[in-house]
Amino acid sequence: MLMNVLHFVISIWVPLVCAVIIVAVLPLVAGYIVLMERKVMADMQARLGPMRVGPHGLLQPIADAVKLLIKEDIIPDDADKLIFWFAPLISVTAAMLAMSALAIGPWFQIAELNIGLLFIVGISALGIFGIVLGGWSSNSHYSLLGALRSAAQLVSYETAAGMAIVGGLLLAGTLSTREIIEAQNDYGVWFAFAAPVGFFIYIVASIAETNRAPFDLPEAESELVAGYMTEYSGFRWALYFLAEYTNMVVVASIATTLFLGGWLRPFAGTPAFNFLDFFPSLLMLVIGAYCFYRAPKQPVKVQSLFMIAVGLLIILAAIILAVPLIPAVGTMLPGLKPGLHGAFWFLLKAGLYIYLFMWLRFTFPRYRFDQLMRLGWQFLIPLSIVNVMGIGLALVLHRHWGWGHLQAFGLTTLLTLAAAGYLGWAGEKKDKEHVFVGEA
Amino acid sequence: MPDERIPFATHADQTVLGADEIILNMGPQHPSTHGVLRVKLRLDGEKVIGSECVIGYLHRGVEKIAEHRTYTQFAPYVDRMDYVAAVSNGLGYCEAVEKLLGAEAPPRARVIRTILTELQRIASHLFWLGTHALDIGALTPLFYCLREREEILKIFEKFCGARLTTHAFRIGGLQYEAYDELEKDVERFCTPFDKRVDEYESLLTENRIWVGRTKGIGILTAKEAIDYGASGPVLRASGVKWDIRKAMPYAAYDQYKFEIPTGKNGDTYDRYIVRMEEMRQSRLICLQAIENIPAGPIMGKVGKVLKPPPGEVYHAIEAPKGELGYYIISDGTTQPYRVRIRPPSLINLEAFDKMIRGHLVADVVAIIGTLDIVLGEVDR
Repeated sequence: MLMNVLHFVISIWVPLVCAVIIVAVLPLVAGYIVLMERKVMADMQARLGPMRVGPHGLLQPIADAVKLLIKEDIIPDDADKLIFWFAPLISVTAAMLAMSALAIGPWFQIAELNIGLLFIVGISALGIFGIVLGGWSSNSHYSLLGALRSAAQLVSYETAAGMAIVGGLLLAGTLSTREIIEAQNDYGVWFAFAAPVGFFIYIVASIAETNRAPFDLPEAESELVAGYMTEYSGFRWALYFLAEYTNMVVVASIATTLFLGGWLRPFAGTPAFNFLDFFPSLLMLVIGAYCFYRAPKQPVKVQSLFMIAVGLLIILAAIILAVPLIPAVGTMLPGLKPGLHGAFWFLLKAGLYIYLFMWLRFTFPRYRFDQLMRLGWQFLIPLSIVNVMGIGLALVLHRHWGWGHLQAFGLTTLLTLAAAGYLGWAGEKKDKEHVFVGEA
Repeated sequence: MPDERIPFATHADQTVLGADEIILNMGPQHPSTHGVLRVKLRLDGEKVIGSECVIGYLHRGVEKIAEHRTYTQFAPYVDRMDYVAAVSNGLGYCEAVEKLLGAEAPPRARVIRTILTELQRIASHLFWLGTHALDIGALTPLFYCLREREEILKIFEKFCGARLTTHAFRIGGLQYEAYDELEKDVERFCTPFDKRVDEYESLLTENRIWVGRTKGIGILTAKEAIDYGASGPVLRASGVKWDIRKAMPYAAYDQYKFEIPTGKNGDTYDRYIVRMEEMRQSRLICLQAIENIPAGPIMGKVGKVLKPPPGEVYHAIEAPKGELGYYIISDGTTQPYRVRIRPPSLINLEAFDKMIRGHLVADVVAIIGTLDIVLGEVDR
């Protein structure tokens, strides 16, 4: 009886709490991803980044959010007002809705869908409507060009990303996010290692899908001012921004789920690596200690106190992460460890994936539109199809011919890489035939 | 109605899809038109089928001001033309007036002028590289370039007290003796500088995206470049080996050994390579010059009041952006009768329409960047 009531409460309230957390916390998370991006960018560019608002700029996202909220909301006279008003909402709704089927750790999931991944991909693709409609309704040439670029880019790269996902799905044999991660546990390796080419295709395509550099043509600031967002200001603009960063979280989560083993610890099946269980607590402790180390060096006393508070919070997180490691607690509440540590590993992997995005952004120049299309259609899409066939072949070799995992996947990966080499070579040859002379 | 002021206007039925053309107004407020350049673009989709540059937003009438100032008073004004390379502007003007006076700066002044001008060339090229890369989407090189440019500006500040509009030279020589540590500072900057250039090149030169964005973009053949009157790196990238430092040596350039880098295809990539190599050559010139700075006076024999004999003179120098010429007519009074300035940026910009036609919107910023224009100099 008690168990039934408990089960009922959990089945209703856990998703609800998760949903509230996502809607309430995600804007904050997006804000802090922006801060992280600015700090990473500053680090790579030999400067400091935001340092004024809070210690090391820790309150900068909140200041930015307040500024955007109280800014004047300008709607151009000639804009299609209803669509102009509505378009950012589509983008942000689609991005947030996609979060609903993701499993951040075995506990934290709003809806366990049997078509989980398909749902996420489909819903997040809806966000393009917001961009196209927003660009069109602004009645500005920059916005229009940005919106058209965005539409073409999304259609092209969604295909490649979709095919890369199909490769992972073939391995897992299911669309449910939870079962995909469990399948990786059964295989013993993450799918990124079983299908490295597919993972690579997904990285490239997901950067393009989220309009990030070097594929940020829809909002190329040096060409189209701000692309589809040119005429937006204030909170409406902030909504587009929120959608963009939420989309980053979504694609990072998909990549983590499908290719990087989701909430699994590295070497989850090997007892020899059990010492990695201490890694979450230790990492948090180190970060907390660093906060204490920096606290006396802050210019103002308030900032020092704030820094100490941040350090205490992080050490509290370290303690919470350490609790399930106590043997007595582990036997009493066996679900605690996978829940907490799973969320930690998932967020860490997604964070590293987002860091990769930032790293690429600050290193590479921007593609031109025709080059972007050529890369998508002549290289990534054919390669992703070859990749799916290769994985299919590997599965046949493994299941029906009795090959080992290593031989089967090694062979097909080599075959796919050969195809990639051929595609690259053929593309280069074609480029040479069509030398752009620069004459109308 | 199509805008007839845009040359070679095509009509709607001539576009690829039979769609209407778009007229896109880039600037004068736009992140990458390098100041206040306004470009009217005629677009078929994203393809540029015609363009017109609208200039004059920064016109201050510098040439007219000259007619109401004495020769000495006008010298600081030239710094405000190409404000990214103020030292070079000043050198051109001072030497032109000296030529008019029949005077000459003493050897020590000439060598110090050469050092500062070459440092200014490096600073100007660094700023060009940073903004050009930023326009094409590479965010990071800008900060590395500014880091090095800062060191050069510090040397200027120590030398004459100003960083940007320096007014470093005087007609007839230098006003101030160089500070004691000048050689050391220049050496400290120049010695590791080639490694720094390698660092920029490692980010860009063999980067596939960078090569894709610059190779074959904005081609100017040698004949076209000469016909348009282009000069500086824009001309040299087209394969014409023409450098005023070699052809008509001024300051102390005849004493030093350096190469003139040239390109082959005259595209944006070649202009990039030429400028990178020029920075290395400027570094070599500086290192040669600090080895032996002659002792002696820093001011030649010119009077307190400058009264050149009636006549006219044209003097050109190789500024970072190209041939910077001063044509001065004197009527024997203390004020010039007429000063005409040949700004390299303006004349290189003439080739813009030729270079952009048939390319895409994204290439507009690449070509504006590769021309290395400064609107202060274009508009004067």
